[in-house]
Amino acid sequence: MASKAIHAYYDDDDVLMLAVKRVKAAKHHIEEVYCPFPVHGLDKAMGLAPTRIAITSFIYGCIGLTVATVMMNYIMIEDWPQDIGGKPSFSYIENMPAFVPIMFELTVFFAAHLMVITFYMRSRLWPFKEAENPDVRTTDDHFLMEIDIHGNEKELKDLLLDTGAVEINIVEKNSH
Amino acid sequence: MYKFSNKLKIGSFILMALGILGIAIGFISAPSTVEEAKAIVASHGDGHGDAHGAADAHEVAASGHGEAVESHGEAHDSSHDEHLLHQLQNKPWAALYVAAFFFFMIALGVLAFYAIQRAAQAGWSPLLFRVMEGITAYLVPGGVIVFVILLLSVLHMNHLFVWMDADVVAHDKLLQGKAGYLNPTFFLIRAAIFLAGWIFYREYSRKLSLRQDESDDNSNFKLNFRWSAGFLVFYLVSESIMSWDWIMSVDPHWFSTLFGWYVFASMFVSGITVIAMVTVYLKSRGYLPDVNNSHIHDLAKFMFGISIFWTYLWFSQFMLIWYSNIPEEVTYYVTRIADYRLPFFGMIVMNFLFPVLLLMNSDFKRMNWFVILTGIVILAGHYMDIFNMIMPSTVGDQWFIGIPEIGAVLFFAGLFIFWIFRALTTAPLQPKRNPFIEESRHFHY
Repeated sequence: MASKAIHAYYDDDDVLMLAVKRVKAAKHHIEEVYCPFPVHGLDKAMGLAPTRIAITSFIYGCIGLTVATVMMNYIMIEDWPQDIGGKPSFSYIENMPAFVPIMFELTVFFAAHLMVITFYMRSRLWPFKEAENPDVRTTDDHFLMEIDIHGNEKELKDLLLDTGAVEINIVEKNSH
Repeated sequence: MYKFSNKLKIGSFILMALGILGIAIGFISAPSTVEEAKAIVASHGDGHGDAHGAADAHEVAASGHGEAVESHGEAHDSSHDEHLLHQLQNKPWAALYVAAFFFFMIALGVLAFYAIQRAAQAGWSPLLFRVMEGITAYLVPGGVIVFVILLLSVLHMNHLFVWMDADVVAHDKLLQGKAGYLNPTFFLIRAAIFLAGWIFYREYSRKLSLRQDESDDNSNFKLNFRWSAGFLVFYLVSESIMSWDWIMSVDPHWFSTLFGWYVFASMFVSGITVIAMVTVYLKSRGYLPDVNNSHIHDLAKFMFGISIFWTYLWFSQFMLIWYSNIPEEVTYYVTRIADYRLPFFGMIVMNFLFPVLLLMNSDFKRMNWFVILTGIVILAGHYMDIFNMIMPSTVGDQWFIGIPEIGAVLFFAGLFIFWIFRALTTAPLQPKRNPFIEESRHFHY
């Protein structure tokens, strides 16, 4: 189904922030904002639900810690115990200080990499993916606010112009 | 302007009074003869016996009686008893010294944090500058007290520092080799220079900070920036040497190259914690209207981050020594794990696990009571950290957290609270003309 949407362009992040706040105050639903760089506090101003990526990151970190512990226990204690520097590898806990760097590194490694992969998947980003942003200028120096039109084109246009939009386009939108 | 509430003032006086009482009890009940010392140990059961073997090599080495003890069985008994007497006589002194240094270190940590904010021209923190300046006011009384304790050590009023005993040095080749650096005169000169430098920067920076409020240009601010950058260079060197002198040298045979950093991390996180706690307190009393929860959030992030940094340094020091297992180094941890198991491992839980788990969540960092609760644990943990640094070499396995230790903490806590809140009354809590004050007021995360 095709619907109409309004695209308002801004060329400054501070102006954009104020505009978002005013549009929200006027009780319009902002579909999406495209930015060339992350704008601090934009998610809160748009009223987006808080991200849950921190929780996934914590879980990934715990998985990394577990993997490191199990792995070092198998490699250094069970499979091939060695006597290193007068410290025979017969017990994991007694040799634990030597494994702490590995436990730390794998915790960080798992948390960081899996979090990034989760973020990409959640944002529906993968190799050879067609870009979703409607205008290439949003990758350069423009910000774009997209609002769906429900028969209130004139009112929206006036409001957006008033908030300092540098350009306003009405587009046909195909729902994907 | 902040008005010192009567309740807090009376509270601090009560703390000081209780503290003096505790300290006095500690000194009075310290044994003055070998017989008394033996009676005290006997009445405490056999806590001394079991850990003795592991600790012996270290303690004996530290007190410099090494060769004499090993060769003569009988000499061992009497010199051991005398050693015990010295440990018990040291106990009230060590309790006093740990608490005095701990509260002094908080002020010094805040001073470093303040200088970093100045040198970085930080935009978020100017609203908190007066709080930091209030806390650093304690450098003067705190520094004087620590210096007096060191002076009394040099005058042989106590045996905290064995290398100050000429008789010990005469029988110890290693200490003779270090005597060029580690001698009482040079020791006091260094302490005086460091204290003078820190106090000078604090007073001068405070003066410029107040003058900036009345000025019509930013020259005071710029001058403060330059002095702060210069001070940080002085601080890094002097803090490191201070930690060797005042802490590491209680065990003059042992050394660790990252000790200065380790002590720094401890003072830094304690200082930031106290800034957060004082800020939350003032805010709860209706002061600092422009400080919002993003400022608290940032302080809590520092508490969280520096706690991990402390653990990193603690572990770096531990793992290398544990792994290489060189006798002269590893005695440090052998004594601590044998005789100080609970405070040693308990401290890691308090200083690492607790803040990491409690402050990991972003929302928790903005809740005042959470910051205060974690702050109390962090401060207690870093007191234990200093306790673990000083006690094993001064009182050996005769440690106990009893009346002298708690009394000393109460006394210095009372003095600290009284002094910093009195200093806070002397100037408006919000700087007027700091060029970044607007940014700080609108700071949001």
